[in-house]
Amino acid sequence: MVFAKPPADREEAQRLALLELADDHLVLSQRLGEWCGHAPTLEEDLALTNLALDLLGTARTLYATVAEREGRGRSEDDLAMLRVEREYRNLLLVERPNGDFAHTIARQLFFAAFMRPFWERALGSGDEVVRGVAGKALKEMRYHVRHAGEWTVRLGDGTEESHRRMQAAIEALRPYLDELFVSSEAAKVAEEEGILPVRAEIRPEWEETVAEVFDKAGLTMPEWPHPRLGGREGLHGEELGHLLAELQYLQRAYPGAQW
Amino acid sequence: MTREAATIDRMPEDALLRKAWEAAAAVPDPEIPVVTVADLGILREVRLEGGVAIARVSPTYSGCPATQLIEAAIAAALEKAGFEARIERVLSPPWTTDWITEEGREKLRAFGIAPPENAAGKRALFGQDRVACPRCGSDDTERVSEFGSTPCKAHYRCRACGEPFDHFKCI
Repeated sequence: MVFAKPPADREEAQRLALLELADDHLVLSQRLGEWCGHAPTLEEDLALTNLALDLLGTARTLYATVAEREGRGRSEDDLAMLRVEREYRNLLLVERPNGDFAHTIARQLFFAAFMRPFWERALGSGDEVVRGVAGKALKEMRYHVRHAGEWTVRLGDGTEESHRRMQAAIEALRPYLDELFVSSEAAKVAEEEGILPVRAEIRPEWEETVAEVFDKAGLTMPEWPHPRLGGREGLHGEELGHLLAELQYLQRAYPGAQW
Repeated sequence: MTREAATIDRMPEDALLRKAWEAAAAVPDPEIPVVTVADLGILREVRLEGGVAIARVSPTYSGCPATQLIEAAIAAALEKAGFEARIERVLSPPWTTDWITEEGREKLRAFGIAPPENAAGKRALFGQDRVACPRCGSDDTERVSEFGSTPCKAHYRCRACGEPFDHFKCI
């Protein structure tokens, strides 16, 4: 059985910490890409796929870096296309299905409100690639937060129906939020080495951003005492398998196929 | 190609470098062909090492699908000018719209794209930039969507003259 193994040494831990981040970005990118041709308006169709592209670009640089550093002859494509779901280390939040538009927007707000301060802190990383990725991604995350924040207010403070749906989305995603602030064994090593920011320290800023949006939107964050964890260890919901089946179809059906 | 190479052999170093820079700098952006990679400020440096021309290029956005195309086009332009070419992708410091030259901004405006004016606010959660219509110059414009036809553009509409237009996003 293939599964996400814990790191063998500190070197590998630092690579796996980047792989976790890459997986977060690729999986969320694929989810947003599912809206292509289906979004509520043409402008939103463009917006969601633009956001997906930003995330994909970040994932690519991280995968390429991991592939190069592990020196096993794998490429960024191998990492994205030839691993099964138990080897994927993404947060459970990002694999949650799109649901209705409110679910997609809530997921987007929760993720971007975390990644913005994350990349801001990562500007001072001891790893040159992380610093480079952070510089670009931070600018992008600023408008990801703005996009999701504006929609959250529009829907939360909109009609009775849009408010109900927005609040329902928040409640459905609430169990997956604590995982954002938990560092895996691999991430802890990267944090000790000054490569990545400490995830738990981002919580106050994240809460402040979300609270500012929720106040304007008239939404509330429910308490949830039972956080859902496991993504970093490869323990996913069945939905990730379906997502990967679509993402990886071509390489599975036609191994080695190229443009 | 061989005739070009022969000419290059006899050129002094600084003339060679200028030739390499001019070849690379003239490459148009594939999505906004009125501006070149030099106008956009994404061509950071061209240097010569031995017989190899090395161009350092910064991507605009993380996922910009034009990045690879631009790199390939610059390499092809250098090879056409008689150089062996190598491209180095530079992530840090990150590209910013502040690097678009004055000439580049003017070309964008003339093409109907409102150029970026100032880099985006750091913490602004809400609100939008004031953007002048590239057609009539009016400030009475509204944002239709923060996302336009390419990752680098937002979609606007002018209330004064009624024209829809693209705005090069400030990052």
